[in-house]
Amino acid sequence: MFEILERSEMAQGTVVMNVIRAPKIAAKARPGQFVILRANETGERIPLTMADTDSAQGTITIIYQVVGKSTALFKTLQVGQFFLDVLGPLGQPTHIEKQEGLIICIGGGTGTAVVHPITKGFKNAGNRVVAIIGARTKDLLIMEDKMTAASSQLKVCTDDGSYGHHGFVSDILKEFIDSGQKISTVVAAGPVPMMKAIANMTRPHGIQTLVSLNSIMIDGTGMCGGCRVSVGGKNQFTCVDGPEFDGHQVDFDGLMQRLAAYKEQEAQSMNEASHTCKLGQDR
Amino acid sequence: MTDKKKVPRQPMPEQAPEQRRRNFEEVPLGYTADTALLEASRCIQCKNPACVAGCPVGIDIPGFIRPLRDGDFAGAISKLKEKTALPAVCGRVCPQETQCEERCVLAKTGEAVAIGRLERFAADWGRTQGESQLPQLPPKTGKRVGVVGSGPAGLTVAGDLILLGHDVTVYEAFHKAGGVLVYGIPEFRLPKAIVQNEVDYLARLGVKFEVNAVIGRTETVDELLERHDALFLAVGAGLPSFLNVPGENLIGIYSANEYLTRSNLMKAYLFPQYDTPIVRGKNVVVLGAGNVAMDAARTAMRLGADTVRIVYRRSREEMPARAEEIHHGEEEGIELHLLTAPVRFMGDEKGRVKTIECLRMELGEPDDSGRRRPVPVKDSNFIIDTDMVVIAVGANANPLITSTTPGLKTNKWGYIIADPETGKTLKPRVWAGGDIVTGAATVILAMGAGRLAADSIHKFLQTGW
Repeated sequence: MFEILERSEMAQGTVVMNVIRAPKIAAKARPGQFVILRANETGERIPLTMADTDSAQGTITIIYQVVGKSTALFKTLQVGQFFLDVLGPLGQPTHIEKQEGLIICIGGGTGTAVVHPITKGFKNAGNRVVAIIGARTKDLLIMEDKMTAASSQLKVCTDDGSYGHHGFVSDILKEFIDSGQKISTVVAAGPVPMMKAIANMTRPHGIQTLVSLNSIMIDGTGMCGGCRVSVGGKNQFTCVDGPEFDGHQVDFDGLMQRLAAYKEQEAQSMNEASHTCKLGQDR
Repeated sequence: MTDKKKVPRQPMPEQAPEQRRRNFEEVPLGYTADTALLEASRCIQCKNPACVAGCPVGIDIPGFIRPLRDGDFAGAISKLKEKTALPAVCGRVCPQETQCEERCVLAKTGEAVAIGRLERFAADWGRTQGESQLPQLPPKTGKRVGVVGSGPAGLTVAGDLILLGHDVTVYEAFHKAGGVLVYGIPEFRLPKAIVQNEVDYLARLGVKFEVNAVIGRTETVDELLERHDALFLAVGAGLPSFLNVPGENLIGIYSANEYLTRSNLMKAYLFPQYDTPIVRGKNVVVLGAGNVAMDAARTAMRLGADTVRIVYRRSREEMPARAEEIHHGEEEGIELHLLTAPVRFMGDEKGRVKTIECLRMELGEPDDSGRRRPVPVKDSNFIIDTDMVVIAVGANANPLITSTTPGLKTNKWGYIIADPETGKTLKPRVWAGGDIVTGAATVILAMGAGRLAADSIHKFLQTGW
């Protein structure tokens, strides 16, 4: 049992932050790694990249968007209540070292939560780190203050222009590329089309680009192969080989198809749940 | 006195195929007390029983059948529990026909005593009607043993060592203990309540279970060695093999591990009551012909398939599944498409699998495994329509532990090198057994490896070698 110590809602209640007591995981976790959570006995196992960890306090932070029954169920959990299971840290940590040029960390939507510890890690390693975060509109933007603290410079954009730059995160990335500054690494996490666009943009310039994938998975230990994704023409398991991969090698279209594998069942699950309880009524 | 030779081997009643193919309840229904007494009477109580030598954990078979025959069911189950922590499991999933029963002296002239069915009867009686009395435990030795993995090998070691007075903690990566007994073997072959019962029994004996513990990630082997005197690694062969043919990532194509884990551990067969979804294929193809393939095929039938086909590149003779599993599957309508190999998968615009292109095969010269090698028949390509595929062609070694444990040596396939007599690895104070040493095998062989390792660990804890 894993107690929720803090909880807040962001982006008009569509995104939830939980600080969870998990001392063993917190002691080991490094930027880029994820956990798998299960709310209750009938629940799914849901992988989420940790948004923050505090080994002294023995806590991990998750930030998730409410997209289906399982995350709607997570959202009902209040401070003092528990996740039945939290497993981790899983996956390969981000390879963080001092690099010659600029590091650019890009988060779209809740992808910002994923790049937060990575941004912090690169900055702590002595790098100059530009963070670019985006959302559809101002009210959906998350973690602006945390990302300000984690980076050397923060750029914000919204699709509708309600806040910061009017446009996509990739527009700002392009400005940096066009400026001719040396960029050593780009890290991106967010919707698949965003990661694909960024990889396509950096490819001709030969800029190392890491993307953090959130494939559908069960065990998180390499056992089921459900999270397989083609990288450079070879299947890799997101859970043990990833979650970060070379963005220039990932088959994003294949990934997108696999992420939609259970669309109908997810709708059915959500639908039945909202008939029998209050889950997801605010959607 | 009945003339023992005249009592025939007693069949075990089972659910009718047309009924059971659509439910997840157990297929065989078990002996009644009368049938069990009759079957037990067939055992001639050999002075030098050959059956015992056929049992990887050395159960005193005549020794448990004798009290059973005399109506002392409690005596039978306590005799069994001297040698196995999992009698209800073994009575169900052991391949008795190639082990104890194959060696039964009655098999020479007729039919072997139904040892497995009797074991199952005694275990089920003990579980449902027996006294829940625990055996007398010896004084604590103060030695601490860690067991990594809670499948059959790990549970055996835990059971043996707790009875010898050691302190035992079992670490399980999943949220539930039982390993393959919980995530792999389906409910209709091994009800999960039975596994839970055997795990609970160990917990009552004092074994501690720590779930959600991915050793190699949450903690390393070296960290566990800091607080344990000895470690037993039994993490299974946890990496699924794929075919590496085009189209393998289409939606609706599962590894057997994923398909069975969704259905068994996550109870996706009860979706949407349980939240984990699963594809309910109408025309299902299972690639492979071992016990896991049969489990997947029979699960698909129960999830509402119209057709379920086993596609296998060799012939019926080479099928690795137990004869009983194949028989049960065929009764339920599973079709065997033999001497057939997949070439590629093709899907629709949404990326869902629609067809498999296959090749006919013929058997050529024997290969390394001694089985005749399947050779493609030229230009024999044909198409099978499908909407769900399960790939059940075996498993590989999971590197999670071996890659994070200095000093632990592996062979070229990544399996841990361990002494077959003792389970000792090349790393001090670390033993290993089960599929992570041998590659994918059976429940009882893993238990046998656990038994040997437990003996060796006990000796080490007493004497320091």
